[in-house]
Amino acid sequence: MNSYYVRMGDGYLDRMEAEEIRSEIEEGTACVAEKGTIAPLSPEDQERLLDIFTTPAKFVGVERGSEIVLTTDGVVVTNEEEPSSGLPVSRSVGVQMWERMVCADTAELGHSDYSYKAVKSMISTEQQVMQEILINTVLPVFYGAMANLGLYTKPDGPVDNPAELLPQGKIVEARECQEQAMEYAIKDMIYVAKHLYEAGADAINFDTTGASGDADFLAVLKTTEYLKEKYPDIGIMIGMAGETLLGMHGELFYKGERLAGMQPHQQARVVESAGGTIFGPAINTKTNRSMPWNLARALTYTRACVGAVAIPVHTNVGMGVGGMPMQEIPALDAVSRVSKSMAEIGKLDGL
Amino acid sequence: MGDPFGMAISHAIASGMGGVRTAGDLVARMQISRSMKIDTAKTYVADKLGISLEDLANEDVMTEVRREKNLGLIYMLPGYARGLEAKLNISRLLDLEINCIKKMRL
Repeated sequence: MNSYYVRMGDGYLDRMEAEEIRSEIEEGTACVAEKGTIAPLSPEDQERLLDIFTTPAKFVGVERGSEIVLTTDGVVVTNEEEPSSGLPVSRSVGVQMWERMVCADTAELGHSDYSYKAVKSMISTEQQVMQEILINTVLPVFYGAMANLGLYTKPDGPVDNPAELLPQGKIVEARECQEQAMEYAIKDMIYVAKHLYEAGADAINFDTTGASGDADFLAVLKTTEYLKEKYPDIGIMIGMAGETLLGMHGELFYKGERLAGMQPHQQARVVESAGGTIFGPAINTKTNRSMPWNLARALTYTRACVGAVAIPVHTNVGMGVGGMPMQEIPALDAVSRVSKSMAEIGKLDGL
Repeated sequence: MGDPFGMAISHAIASGMGGVRTAGDLVARMQISRSMKIDTAKTYVADKLGISLEDLANEDVMTEVRREKNLGLIYMLPGYARGLEAKLNISRLLDLEINCIKKMRL
């Protein structure tokens, strides 16, 4: 029997026979179909995924005509002092390199702290850099950061820390703290988004939404509502932090829908309802399972998202999400297989 | 997408439209500004450019189209639009408000 190179969820390069890969795909899609009460991948799609995994080529790509749009989250977050990518270049030069060397479809400006609260105090610098970028580039440019409700709790912020209150059984107090943090975050996000949009940014990215749970998500939804009312043409991308929304508060609702425990396709619906322009689901990778299992699972969720809303869906396919192995530098064979599968089987609008 | 340059480039090559090499930035603009799904966005841009859907990601055709309509190029050839000027042309071609161009008009 032939065996094929297959990555594990932690990136380890293993070998599997075709029947083993098929079985992993079947199990992955069935598992999430049951969890999310959504349709599994069809037998035809499962076979197509098997073909992608058993293709001998190290690097694979989409068929002609199946190309999709790529958006980013913080790739060009770099500066002269602490370049995250090791390149001592300014952020405006970084975006120009991104446009003309990487040839991505969109770019993003962000600060290395990547939180709206942190950016607020240096807003004029961010506006200045954004304007510099817009003068010299052609592609659409987002400004991105995280809601990051954790920054509003002690010792980093003014609000008591719910993570300390909850173990003491102070549930009401912990909820009140999250509600206060949410109000602070909304003010900061509106402030930053308004200033960057008024500096000319094409769109705003609320990245890693829900990282602090349901209050984090609600803060972004309310901010989106406000911004869309004030600036009807503003583009707003909401990318999630994980597949099941954590109910750190548990009693927060948006238009009658309880946020805690929402699955990606349910999150997509509330994002659309709030006025989001692009939704980015984040499907977690299990490092001790194979990539076929993880990718089948991620594709099942993303297909459900695409079917649930009329807005574009750009799934997160960074390290450890969307079927990608959890590695700092993911292997080309893994990246390209995820990319092709998401475009052709996931029917996504972008990544 | 994720974080390091290497992975982003891999995605861009495996499934991306090609950015300014082709019509990737133009299709992206329709998604961002009009919330269009990928097929609708591609059809809209192809119609405006007067080319086939397949040629949206065909560097040979799109280089000529971008030169002819002055939409910005990978190489900054003398005499061709770049930056804001290219975006002004894109705004007119796609019948689309581009935020920074709108600010210039005010």
